[in-house]
Amino acid sequence: MSETGVQSAAIHERAHEALQDAHLQGAYRSSTLRLYNHRLTAIGEVPGFEPLRQRGRELKREVMDHLDEYLAQFADNVERQGGKVHWARTGEEACAVVLELVRKAGAQEVVKGKSMLGEEIELNHALEAANIRAVESDLGELIVQLSGERPAHIVAPAMHKTRHDVSDLFANKLHSEPTEDPERLTAIARGALREVFAKAGVGMSGANFAVAETGSIVTIENEGNIRFCTTAPRVHIALVGIEKIIPRLSDLGVFLRLLGRSGTGQKLTSYTSILTGPRRAGEDGPDEMHVVMIDNGRIATLADEKMREMLYCIRCGACLNACPVYRKIGGHAYGWVYSGPIGALVTPQLAGLGPARELPFASSLCGACREVCPVKINIPDMLLHLRGQVQERFPSPRPVNSPVSERRGIRLWAWVMKRPWAFALGGAVARLGSGFLSRSGREGGRRWITKLPFDPFSNWTDGRDFPAPDPAPFRARWKKMSE
Amino acid sequence: MGNHPPNVALFITCLGDQFFPQVGESVVRILRRAGARVTFNPAQTCCGQPAFNTGYREEAREVAARMVDLFEGVDYVVAPSGSCTTMVRVFYQELFADEPELLGKVQQLQKRFFEFSEFLVKIMNAEDLGASFPHRVAYHDSCHLYRELGIETEPRKLIRAVKGIELVEMKDNRLCCGFGGTFSVKYPEVSVAMAEDKVRAAAEVGAEYLVANDAGCLMHMQGYIHRQGLPLKTLHLAELLEMHE
Repeated sequence: MSETGVQSAAIHERAHEALQDAHLQGAYRSSTLRLYNHRLTAIGEVPGFEPLRQRGRELKREVMDHLDEYLAQFADNVERQGGKVHWARTGEEACAVVLELVRKAGAQEVVKGKSMLGEEIELNHALEAANIRAVESDLGELIVQLSGERPAHIVAPAMHKTRHDVSDLFANKLHSEPTEDPERLTAIARGALREVFAKAGVGMSGANFAVAETGSIVTIENEGNIRFCTTAPRVHIALVGIEKIIPRLSDLGVFLRLLGRSGTGQKLTSYTSILTGPRRAGEDGPDEMHVVMIDNGRIATLADEKMREMLYCIRCGACLNACPVYRKIGGHAYGWVYSGPIGALVTPQLAGLGPARELPFASSLCGACREVCPVKINIPDMLLHLRGQVQERFPSPRPVNSPVSERRGIRLWAWVMKRPWAFALGGAVARLGSGFLSRSGREGGRRWITKLPFDPFSNWTDGRDFPAPDPAPFRARWKKMSE
Repeated sequence: MGNHPPNVALFITCLGDQFFPQVGESVVRILRRAGARVTFNPAQTCCGQPAFNTGYREEAREVAARMVDLFEGVDYVVAPSGSCTTMVRVFYQELFADEPELLGKVQQLQKRFFEFSEFLVKIMNAEDLGASFPHRVAYHDSCHLYRELGIETEPRKLIRAVKGIELVEMKDNRLCCGFGGTFSVKYPEVSVAMAEDKVRAAAEVGAEYLVANDAGCLMHMQGYIHRQGLPLKTLHLAELLEMHE
């Protein structure tokens, strides 16, 4: 498990940079709102979307309760269909398995379909290090690969890029003529990819679902590139997180309806492929199909009762689009592969709470994520749980420019709140202090403080005024009101 | 209850007590007008949410445990805050999950604990409190009130009953204002940027007043509006229900 890749401590700086970048703000605002609204329209068209979410949730629970059995069933059926199953405990093990398969296939080039798991295990780095050329064939993934970035969004990796950015990038890396016409930009990418598809000895994909009953993997997409990756090259390698299992083929309908509508507002994505083993004699398709089943922290989460629901996620990205924090700070601020509310759960679970401990706090806990989640993951509740874990396991942050650590501050707060006289006295002291700090508001009435001393209070007044406590608190006023 | 007026204890909330005492006065007068007998226990302080929200469960538990004894013998407890009501009704369940004895008492409290607008409409069957306010007003659904307690129609019913008022809905009206408890000081820039969006949405529909039921959201939005020198004004729902213009 690689912990070095996560840089959550820098989230504040990156959030600041994102907020200063009007270009980036515009890109995130328009894209997230578009997807958010498409989802609303799409779910409005289906009667009974609520029961469907409940069904999806129940199916996921069933899978997690019996994951060992379903995994064994899936593996048996893959092999029965002529595929080969490989198990990897960590990202490194998974990369090693893939490298070995690519070597055996004698391939110098690998063409890849979009896979968040591939990003998670940093497979491209491992392939590059072994002098194997890996080319992303999803347009968004190609864009982030060419610009040396991580995906900015789970389903729209290049959400942060405008047409103008892509034009510059392609001109620079693919030596194309600048154009801001999306169709021409797509044609440029397609032209560059054709040659790779023709040459690559190995095609790689992720999997949206792995069907235990049939040993099939299911991929959904809009560009057709995954279908190309999984059928044209001689060898197909699929990276599958162990949580991707669904019990039966008949359950697929539930998830397809949930995923397309939640992610992009589509009834179905343009392509849905159900891949069951390699090609049969006399048919098209890859000679070999390898399925790499990857744990990389998932089993530990399965054992964690409070966090287990995280494994229900079908990676639709709806929570990112709905999240007011994600819309402001963007995907890269989260410092790893997964971003947004689900990223703030997944990153600490898979990459370690230590390096990711800023993330659970990057939420106003507004609950918009839970409202849109197709499998009703209680994200705010789990963020609260992780906040508790952070405070239990790690030294309390010492805010800059503050006389005490956060924990001491909270202990003092609790001491005061347990004593009504201390609370009243605290109010009196605050009124006295604010007498010096505050000035009359614009329209008289309430007095306002424009600069408070000490972090975290000074953080408030960096962008807002703070109301001075009222000269007569309610407890004093009540005496005149009591019957 | 029979023919006796219900006994209602006010939970003013820590922010309400110190920063919005006039809201508490309005709540008391409105509850009385609606037919309740109102009491106030001065031993009350805070529900414990600031510590809970930041991950300090033990400190939150210590403060929250006091709440159980403060309101014994009353029919109802009413708070002018969706967030503090959520703390008691939703999060106490989890906070006291390992203490069966206390949890029983907590559940007794939860059954009697109501948010102000919810209590007026659902329990007192009161909608028209006789206020008049000929202004254009936008209502902000605070997140805990709307998403945790599912209260969205009650405040709107109360607002619509005000004579002369024009209630307008903001675009994306369920979007968080950015307060989020300690989020407001842990991610202050993001928090303020979210307030900016909210205030802009209110301005876009031509609202003169932005009404909400939570001291935290109001403090945050008001603080942003004041810093920016904007003409928009904020009101707690209880204050609105006492307007006679």
